[in-house]
Amino acid sequence: MNAIRAVGRLWLVPVTLVAWEIATRVAEQPFFPPPSATLVRMGEMWLSGPPSRLLLTEQAMSDFGPSLARLFAGWALAAVIGVAAGVAIGCSTRLSDYLDPLIHLGRAVPPPLLVPFFLALLKLGTPAQLATIVFGIIWPILVNTIDGARTVDRQHLETARIFGFSTVQRLTRVIVPAAMPKIFAGLRLALSLALILLIVAEIFAGSGGLGYRLLSAQRTYLYADMWGCLVVLGLLGYLLNSAFLLLERRVLAWHRNARQTT
Amino acid sequence: MLEITDLVHSYGSHRVLDGVSIRAAEGELVCVVGPSGCGKSTLLRSVAGLIRPTGGRVLIDGRPVERIPDNLAVVFQDYSRSLYPWMTAANNVALPLRRRGLDRRRRREAAMAALDQVGLADAAEKYPWEMSGGMQQRVSIARALAYRPSLLLMDEPFGSVDAQTREDLEDLVLRVCAHHGMTTLLITHDIDESVYVGDRVIVLTRSPTRVAADLPVDLGRSRDQIATRQLGAFVRLRAEVGRLVRGGSPTPTVLEKH
Repeated sequence: MNAIRAVGRLWLVPVTLVAWEIATRVAEQPFFPPPSATLVRMGEMWLSGPPSRLLLTEQAMSDFGPSLARLFAGWALAAVIGVAAGVAIGCSTRLSDYLDPLIHLGRAVPPPLLVPFFLALLKLGTPAQLATIVFGIIWPILVNTIDGARTVDRQHLETARIFGFSTVQRLTRVIVPAAMPKIFAGLRLALSLALILLIVAEIFAGSGGLGYRLLSAQRTYLYADMWGCLVVLGLLGYLLNSAFLLLERRVLAWHRNARQTT
Repeated sequence: MLEITDLVHSYGSHRVLDGVSIRAAEGELVCVVGPSGCGKSTLLRSVAGLIRPTGGRVLIDGRPVERIPDNLAVVFQDYSRSLYPWMTAANNVALPLRRRGLDRRRRREAAMAALDQVGLADAAEKYPWEMSGGMQQRVSIARALAYRPSLLLMDEPFGSVDAQTREDLEDLVLRVCAHHGMTTLLITHDIDESVYVGDRVIVLTRSPTRVAADLPVDLGRSRDQIATRQLGAFVRLRAEVGRLVRGGSPTPTVLEKH
């Protein structure tokens, strides 16, 4: 029954696609290829390889491989730095007094503006791209973690004091788990930001990857290729978000249930 | 065992405790009862070392409390904020035992034994939100028991559960405290409960708080929810405590009997 309802809600997708198909065929604009043509090009570009490689072509490997690697490396790096710094700042009033203004300043800088700076500072390619991604997405993680670590229930902390928890125990068993719902909210925001910054970084600061493919398709008037890139980026964002929600549901099961029962 | 002498505490210019002195002998269960807002919790937090009192002295086994003593456990009123919701009951109980230098297996055994004592052997793998309020408070008591403190502090431990659960928990506390020979300081605003559970009842005055009376409870160690409450001695003592909590002066006849 639920499955039927879920399918029922998806009816808008084919209707839009058909309407788009008709409109583009009537208009015959080179900028707007029909979805069917885009789909065919996507198949040719990425899914016409040998069955041994799950049909993936050489081009699919060189487009997706480096992009996904950068995306996850950047996200993981930002997560580690953001959570570690966030917990430290959230637990220390002195640190947060000093650093709060800096954090709000850093957060306000539009990350793409820093691409030229990172290009001057670091090597063209992966180092500059990673720096762009990490700098762009660390803020929601940092700010959320600080907030989470700062607002741990007083009684949770007093219990830890009464029973003489060591500093490590207090951090890993009390503060980080208590801040986890907020940390996850930050990580999820960061994941969607990471995809945006990945494309920005690839367009401005390197060769290879989906962003570069998008740019070169546009420059060489291959509009079906360009639209293919857009579609696949949309799908990628959707998939990443769904996978993350699945993970969150597992890790934060206690949080969801505790909220429902009290 | 526990010696509180002339304890004074002020929040700014507001004096909450105005020279409170309480003594508890080894293995004694002392109930502290007083009107709402009389600084009972401030008293408990000073004894636990969570706050530094403005004046006076707290000695546990002859040693002054400066930091939080390692032979002390606390059961808070608000179990839903005292247990960690991201851990199972067994892990909540076992976590403080690292400090006791036990390895993983021994911690687990000690936790299971404590849960068994409070009648929750089957709920070891449950999370706090899967349990009723009474069960959560049992876990909280099990955590204190497993820690093997020589002094147990309880801050209105039965204040947030229903009447039936409350009676069960009172009997549970009586049983385990006697069994472990723990010195216990139980803070409550419930007059009936203080007499039923205590070996002695300390009645506090309104803020600024002093000790209004220190009444021994001559009801023996074994108590029964129905029979004990029908005893003449219980009824008289309850009336006396009630009078004192409302600001009355001690009745000589009641005190003479003890």
